[in-house]
Amino acid sequence: MHIMEGFLATPWWQLWFAVSIPAILYGIYKMNRLVKEKREILPLLAVAGAFIFVLSALKLPSVNGSCSHPTGTGIAAIIFGPAISAVLGTIVLLYQALFLAHGGLTTLGANVFSMGIVGPLVAYLIYKAGMRANLNFYAVVFLATAFGDWTTYLITTAELALAYPASDVLTLGGFLSSFKKFALIFAVTQAPLAIMEGAVSALLFKYVVNVKSDILVEMKVIEASVARKLRGTPA
Amino acid sequence: MSRKLELIVLAIILIFAAQFIYMSSTTDAEYAGADGEAEGVINDITGGTYKPIAEPFWEPPSGEIESLLFGLQAAIGAGILGYFFGYYRAKKNL
Repeated sequence: MHIMEGFLATPWWQLWFAVSIPAILYGIYKMNRLVKEKREILPLLAVAGAFIFVLSALKLPSVNGSCSHPTGTGIAAIIFGPAISAVLGTIVLLYQALFLAHGGLTTLGANVFSMGIVGPLVAYLIYKAGMRANLNFYAVVFLATAFGDWTTYLITTAELALAYPASDVLTLGGFLSSFKKFALIFAVTQAPLAIMEGAVSALLFKYVVNVKSDILVEMKVIEASVARKLRGTPA
Repeated sequence: MSRKLELIVLAIILIFAAQFIYMSSTTDAEYAGADGEAEGVINDITGGTYKPIAEPFWEPPSGEIESLLFGLQAAIGAGILGYFFGYYRAKKNL
């Protein structure tokens, strides 16, 4: 769940915009260059964006009796990197802010920072580290997307704790005290949903590998030898 | 083609569903949105003094309309996913 409209006062909402806008602009630049160089990538870009659309529309009940939704940004992060994920995430957040009163325009910067930038960045880094360690591809996708999802909500928690410290002025103690309170909601609610997101993302990757593994190799997501092994065809 | 991954994912979803059915029938949990609950915490911390600096300029007039728009969002995404997976799959078999 995103930070609601109007719930970040000055200077916080401006600050998160200032952080997020350069990342979005860089993402737009990277996306334009990629699409110009490799037009055949467009359908996969659409698939990654569509996956975010589907997952972030599903408000799921969690173990602690409250609801939240997954983010779906891990797929885009793994295939296209965090910058392009920021652009895709922004599109979804705009749709929800404009038509669903979910999230908001003033809080868009903060929500893009958590869901579009840091979550995907963590997913991307975990993915790269896992593949370098030669772990099972689907297990790495699961870990990367699940932790990317969970990190998104840890960042949301931190953004709220910064804006609403338990002390009158922002101190470390006040921040930590509020962080715990918000984490009880977001981090706990999100943990099982993150596991579901990781599982479903791994499954989606299986189908991408089945029908279009050459693009993943071309995008340097997986090596040709890994693709062959996953498809079960001899080298 | 091995269906191992499908079975694992199905098992995770079933555990999740069973947990939900059990919890929702044995407790009176409200299953409210986490963002709404965060609003409650904000009110606690600030002593109810915080006034949002902005309101959504349009809100779905009812829960039904909100569900409609969330459903529409999922449907658009699912349609695109299905279209391109179908396209790739058929193309591969040509």
